[in-house]
Amino acid sequence: LSGRPSPFSTSEKPNTLEEITNYNNFYEFGTGKTDPAKNAGAMTTDPWSVEIGGLVDRPGSYGVEDLAPDNALEERIYRLRCVEAWSMVIPWIGVPLASVLEKVGVQSGAKYVAFQTLLRPEEMSGQRFPSIRWPYVEGLRLDEAMHPLTILATGLYSDPLPNQNGAPIRLVVPWKYGFKSIKSIVRITLTDQQPPTSWNELQPSEYGFYANVNPNVSHPRWSQATERRIGAGLFGGREETLMFNGYADQVASLYSGMDLAQNY
Amino acid sequence: MARKINDMLRRLPVWAVWIAGLIPLALLIWDTLQGNLGVDPVAMLEHRLGRTAIYFLIGGLAVTPLLRLTGISLMKFRRALGLLCFTYAGLHVLAWISTDMGFLWAQMGRDILKRPYLLFGMLAFVMLVPLAITSNNLSIRRLGGLKWKRLHMLVYAAAPLAALHWIWVKKTLPLTPVAWMAVILALLLVRAVLKRSKSAGRKNPAKNTQVKSAT
Repeated sequence: LSGRPSPFSTSEKPNTLEEITNYNNFYEFGTGKTDPAKNAGAMTTDPWSVEIGGLVDRPGSYGVEDLAPDNALEERIYRLRCVEAWSMVIPWIGVPLASVLEKVGVQSGAKYVAFQTLLRPEEMSGQRFPSIRWPYVEGLRLDEAMHPLTILATGLYSDPLPNQNGAPIRLVVPWKYGFKSIKSIVRITLTDQQPPTSWNELQPSEYGFYANVNPNVSHPRWSQATERRIGAGLFGGREETLMFNGYADQVASLYSGMDLAQNY
Repeated sequence: MARKINDMLRRLPVWAVWIAGLIPLALLIWDTLQGNLGVDPVAMLEHRLGRTAIYFLIGGLAVTPLLRLTGISLMKFRRALGLLCFTYAGLHVLAWISTDMGFLWAQMGRDILKRPYLLFGMLAFVMLVPLAITSNNLSIRRLGGLKWKRLHMLVYAAAPLAALHWIWVKKTLPLTPVAWMAVILALLLVRAVLKRSKSAGRKNPAKNTQVKSAT
């Protein structure tokens, strides 16, 4: 798999494939960081289809190839900031979500995009425990979804997306905490209502709908002021967390006039 | 049965427990030097030290209930178990300060006051400090058995706080630390029940407060 280089890529050094594929939060396969690498092999990703519906002109069942054809793929090297205050740099391969939404034709009444992960407890061992409510759901405001930084990824380095990273197709929204970037998507629905999102449903005081990376709004469990870069070694120390994970120039305008402490 | 086991235990020197208790530390040092701590060595180091500390805390807490329920006495090893717990807890805190927080003192200070999991953990650790300092015969003599025993009752608070610290750091209700919390509460419950039945069986419990074996 390969993708065209993109001006949206960071020049920071990406984490190794080993790091990116062995340190995952994908609770469908267990809550430990190494559980997904251990258990995600059981998930069948071929055949796969994504059901796109709601306020769209051409609803239906789309294959991964339809949504992210080889000739449209781009490489996007993005920072990833987890709400747990660690970070990585990841070379994704994918397509802008906007290109997919244009393909299906967004109707004028649509204001939000809702996403849903595969629900298949027989292959996803973590779904046998109600650690969170399954299936995992996430959502974006339409302007966030249409933003050129927002992509659907199908690859990592030059490989098709490994299962533990959300194969075969996942969302990547680099200015938001990692949990917004929903994995293994089977359903995309355009709506006029703000859709429910999994972590927000579980603990609304800790996880908001927006979940923008924000060093000034602290999470009840962790300070968000600094982060630890995975791969920096035992004495790598911490670095300051950047507003919108360093993507403020591109996305701050989406939230102008909004109180980000209220809309966290 | 209990007698046979006690005879064997009598022959086991305390230093053997120290050696065995330091094996997890030796393995951890080995894994650190070999680069076997996985993708996030910082978290792994911290978590392994913290887990081992809790295991020794529970071990120390189990000595009395074990004696009362089965007659098997590990009393001779209890001080070692407690000090091993403190060794791992101290290294756990040290790892947090250095490798995890990178000596950001201001952030650490704010975090301890603001984050329940850190507050629970720090409270538990602070309670363990006087216990470790007084875990010697001289302190028992100086304080007197009763005072010393009262002081060491702090462990009844430190243990559940340590488990709460572990539970609270997770984003969803985690099975393993919840199970250990249940073990801790069960051990405390057994103690409370045994104490009640013991004092109920006495004719004059008020006068009978002497410590039998405070080591």
